[in-house]
Amino acid sequence: MKKLFAIFLCIFIPLSLCAEEGGAFDMDEYLYGHVRDAYDWHITTINGHHISIPLPVIVISKQGNGFHCFSSKHLEEGEEYAGFHIAGDSSTFAHKIVETAPDGSEIRPWDFSITKNVFGMIINCSLLLLLILGAARWYRRHDAREEAPTGLAGLVEMLVTMVEDDIIKDCVGEDYKRYSPYLLTAFFFIFINNLMGIVPFFPGGANITGNIAVTLVLALFTFFTVNIFGNKHYWKDILWPEVPTWLKVPLPLMPLIEIIGMFTKPFSLMVRLFANILAGHFMILGVVAVVFLTAELGTALNAGLSVVAVILGVFMDCLELLVAFIQAYVFTMLSAVFIGLSRQHPETE
Amino acid sequence: MSLITPDFGLLVWMTLIFGIVFFVLAKWGFPMITGSVRERAERINASIKAAKEAEERLQNLAKEQSEMIEEARREQARILKETSASRDAMIENAKSQAQEEASKIISQARKQIDAEKESALSDIRKEVAMLSVSIAEKVLRKDLADDSEQARLISALVDEMASEKGSDTTKSV
Repeated sequence: MKKLFAIFLCIFIPLSLCAEEGGAFDMDEYLYGHVRDAYDWHITTINGHHISIPLPVIVISKQGNGFHCFSSKHLEEGEEYAGFHIAGDSSTFAHKIVETAPDGSEIRPWDFSITKNVFGMIINCSLLLLLILGAARWYRRHDAREEAPTGLAGLVEMLVTMVEDDIIKDCVGEDYKRYSPYLLTAFFFIFINNLMGIVPFFPGGANITGNIAVTLVLALFTFFTVNIFGNKHYWKDILWPEVPTWLKVPLPLMPLIEIIGMFTKPFSLMVRLFANILAGHFMILGVVAVVFLTAELGTALNAGLSVVAVILGVFMDCLELLVAFIQAYVFTMLSAVFIGLSRQHPETE
Repeated sequence: MSLITPDFGLLVWMTLIFGIVFFVLAKWGFPMITGSVRERAERINASIKAAKEAEERLQNLAKEQSEMIEEARREQARILKETSASRDAMIENAKSQAQEEASKIISQARKQIDAEKESALSDIRKEVAMLSVSIAEKVLRKDLADDSEQARLISALVDEMASEKGSDTTKSV
């Protein structure tokens, strides 16, 4: 039954995408439309009719137009509502909500809309909370010293112990218990959002961890954790590192490099996760696009290449499953390493 | 380019959502799980340690046991040896005692025999003396016709008897 469902999806989704275009295939719109954030959650298009979940738009005007909260279905097809509309492709604020200034230019309001990514994040985080709190409930109800959990709690325990034993304990060092909740949260948050991003239909499919704002916030959390709880030795290493004095005075070369390093570390975390997940989405979308790109080349060729595209797509999906795990693992590990470096004692070096 | 410019609204929502998730999980989620797992690990470690200790104790016990057996065996050997020694000594003792007793009895018997012999000899001697006296009487009765001869013989005999009697008295005592 599950297999049949999967086959049905394989056929149905490309067809629905095909129908969406209704003519020449717009590769740019197809690729970017799937990975970027949106004000509604587009599900499919049948006969030119869009089926999507409207999401709440929350905006505060910068021109004194006040606070507005309305459904995004009022903004479909570039319609204007309460002075707001979604900017077109040519605008600097393409695909974002803008308001029109008196001089005719477009101004971006304070935009706190529940977008596709926010909504997806809420769904995924609810799942995550259910999963972890469900597992925690098992421990509350059982004596973990006497028995081991089975089922979902067992899966959660396996992942938690793996992350804690392999990453956190090894990388952070002695007071790892203090950081373990943050690092575990980061791991599970990234992992579940990565996985849901691979699912091609409704509750999944939002490109959350492939969005730079999301990875920026994650990287900032790590940045603050590292720098707020860094010890004396860490700050001494940055401001007065053990190098020949001429590298520090009069021109503070090494301190400068160290300070830049403080920021490049979380920056690399941000870009690594963002780029990996975005690239994964592009790859899968690209492979699926072969089906539509070859549609005009005749039935035989199209059918043949579609088979190839489906096989490649399965391969890419498997690869992305791996990447979803690896990126969550790497982000957590590097965060743990940075925290560990900021907690180092000189004598343990 | 909108892909690499972080959207402000999303930043705010992400911070809020991640913050809430972090707070909830850090308070009610992960510490519960990791704490329980740690407890279990500690318990398993303690159990392994206890098992190892018990095994060690068992080994010590076995060692002690074998030592005790060895000790008992040694004691047994010692006792056996002692017993056999005392037995030998007893036998030896008894033998020597018996020998002593036997020699005592023998010497007593010999003494008695000697005494008997002596008394028998003296009896015989008396008898012989009596006989010789009577014979001498008979002889003398015939010869004592001659007086001078008689007087000479009597004095000779008396001398002889006197010397004999001196040696005889010492012998008979």
